[in-house]
Amino acid sequence: MRRPGILIAWLAASLSGSSAAELSVPAGPDAAEKLTEALIMAQPGDIVSIGAGRFELTEGLSLDVDNVIVRGAGAEQTILSFKGQTGSGEGLLVTSNQVVLEAFAVEDSKGDGVKAKGSDQITFRNLRVEWTNGPNEKNGAYGVYPVSSKNVLVDGVVVKGAADAGIYVGQSENIVVRNSRVEFNVAGIEIENSMKADVYKNVATHNTGGILVFDLPNLPVQGGHDIRVFDNEVVNNDTANFAPKGNTVAMVPKGMGIMVMANRNVHVFSNKLDQNGTAHVLIAAYPNDYEDDNYMFVPRGVYVHGNNYGEGGGAPDGEVGKTISDVSGTPVPDIVWDGVTTIPEYFSWASAENGVYVDEAEGTSFVNLKMISQLLLPWGWWPDTDIASYKGSLPEPPPVKLPQDSGA
Amino acid sequence: MSSLIRSLALAVGLLCSLAAIAARAAPSDAVILAKMPPKQLSEFGFFNDLKTQKPAEGVVPFQLNTPLFSDGALKRRFVYVPKDKAAKYDATEAFDFPAGAALVKTFAFPADYRQPDQDVRLVETRVLLRQEAGWQAWAYLWNEEQTDATLKIAGAKVDIKTVDKGGAPLAFTYSVPNKNQCKGCHAFNGEIVPLGPKARNLNGDLDYGAGPKNQLAHWTTVGMLEGAPSAEEAPRVPDWRDAATPVQARARAWLDVNCAHCHRLEGPASNSGLFLTYGEIVPVALGMGKRPVAAGKGTGGRAFDIAPGDPDGSILLYRAESIEPGIMMPELGRHLADPAAVALLREWIAGMEP
Repeated sequence: MRRPGILIAWLAASLSGSSAAELSVPAGPDAAEKLTEALIMAQPGDIVSIGAGRFELTEGLSLDVDNVIVRGAGAEQTILSFKGQTGSGEGLLVTSNQVVLEAFAVEDSKGDGVKAKGSDQITFRNLRVEWTNGPNEKNGAYGVYPVSSKNVLVDGVVVKGAADAGIYVGQSENIVVRNSRVEFNVAGIEIENSMKADVYKNVATHNTGGILVFDLPNLPVQGGHDIRVFDNEVVNNDTANFAPKGNTVAMVPKGMGIMVMANRNVHVFSNKLDQNGTAHVLIAAYPNDYEDDNYMFVPRGVYVHGNNYGEGGGAPDGEVGKTISDVSGTPVPDIVWDGVTTIPEYFSWASAENGVYVDEAEGTSFVNLKMISQLLLPWGWWPDTDIASYKGSLPEPPPVKLPQDSGA
Repeated sequence: MSSLIRSLALAVGLLCSLAAIAARAAPSDAVILAKMPPKQLSEFGFFNDLKTQKPAEGVVPFQLNTPLFSDGALKRRFVYVPKDKAAKYDATEAFDFPAGAALVKTFAFPADYRQPDQDVRLVETRVLLRQEAGWQAWAYLWNEEQTDATLKIAGAKVDIKTVDKGGAPLAFTYSVPNKNQCKGCHAFNGEIVPLGPKARNLNGDLDYGAGPKNQLAHWTTVGMLEGAPSAEEAPRVPDWRDAATPVQARARAWLDVNCAHCHRLEGPASNSGLFLTYGEIVPVALGMGKRPVAAGKGTGGRAFDIAPGDPDGSILLYRAESIEPGIMMPELGRHLADPAAVALLREWIAGMEP
């Protein structure tokens, strides 16, 4: 089964320390093994070039070499199918730095689609990750999945059918997610426990929820902050939640547009939101019990402005939808804040940089559910729908600059 | 002397000298330290007799109190440290081995687990080579004739047919890991490290031919290890199969070996926040009342990694029981479940205060 050719080429390259090479893997018999080998044998500077066609993989692929480009012939032309996968937790795993993955598709992986762990300068460009049977709780959790990484670029990818988030960036820093399309996932795009992220010019449609910015407890990296979500189209998010129970996203109601949960300095602006049945924008505290002294469960410093709101809030879904609409009535206003603050702040004030600010066009509706008052003053409280009293602004974080992204 | 007898004598002499050469076989430091691994396992010189896994001089067998489950494979472990060098003792992590050291592990399956010593088929031998720049991991696949094993960089699938302890036929496809998959477990802050040779897991007896002897003491005696305290002072994990040991210690030993190579702050699963090393003391880091972060269908609909008192509400048990890729844990290195381990974890979780 061994093809001496590629091994000898590799040995020769290793021994001579020779410069960049292109390792071509055409479709055909043994293509899966050749691809596995090429990703292992690549040297820094190499391009692993995957030909057009269908590749049937039974094991996950992985890359642990710095400075490698893995390039297919196009997201519709080069298809890595993991339908028959019997091992590994994802389709493709990258654990090295300065890696570009582009122009191929990963289909039907048993776990996550394409994961990068602990990578510096990781680029996902023009990829397609899809579970071809459509939304199903047995699908993998994440499509494009950089985690514990820095300098992350997700550009022009398409993800469909993820049982958690289509594009999920976790515990990472310096992030750009743009020009991508996420549909029929539970969450379209999720930025979680991460710092400095720009999420723009994406289309999130037919997910359960479009774009989520979360911070969760009990993780090595938490305290997510400095996130900008802008110029996105977040429309028609109307797929019933199909996340397996126990996952945080299982609580996201169908028809959620953009949701900010327990994060800091989040700017949501210039997005188009339409036909999201629960709410276009929700700002909320982490709702579960937890044991973690280092965790801040309340969102701090959220600025929502200049967005374009179409119809929405007409079909609040699930427990969260009911909790909201029981207070706000239906249709649910465009922007909802649960109003949860820490107890000391409730009795005094939140400092200016921790406030929630809304500055939208005339006619935009808003509600502060004042959940903390519901708890503390069950006999006398009412929601606040006076959008004008939340007017204000926060200084915007500078655009995220990535070393691998010259032509932004 | 007739020519016939002379020829015979010559032949016998030749055989004797061949045997003498074979008996003197020793690992080649040059091969261990070479940039590229040899194509055949035999080229290392780790064994006097490959087929019976009789180690060469300087190659010392060892065993672990609690081993990793690998589809029930029988494992033979060996360590080699170049003459006049020694590994430095560490109380918590794997010992710090000198350049030129090697760890060798052969995976084998018996034809019938009711007679595990008979008709054993060697499937693969994995080597960890300590070079100047760090560890290298390689896997060698045994040939049908069981005379030698060949380097496999891209991994392999091997069909195993055997009979389990209860006498039922057992057939499955075993995976020899590819080079990157080795690091999928053997990674510590992104670098390859050994997992087995930690003080707590080596602190037990092995019979080297003259009765049982503590392994730490033996390694020290032969000069392979320096800085080790006495066996009584060194940490020790129990054998997870030892029913005389409290369930909690057995379960923690099992998790330490089967999960904690990834599930620790420095490991491949650091982002989960679930940390299962033997020394972990924070209940929520151990999974108690901890919600999953990236489990997907791996939750099995359960809310917590460990729901104290409720094994069937615990994700950890669900994933230990599963044999479905994307759900089962560990992600690599097994296709079968280990019912005895699952039963132990169940008993441990059931016994926790809710």
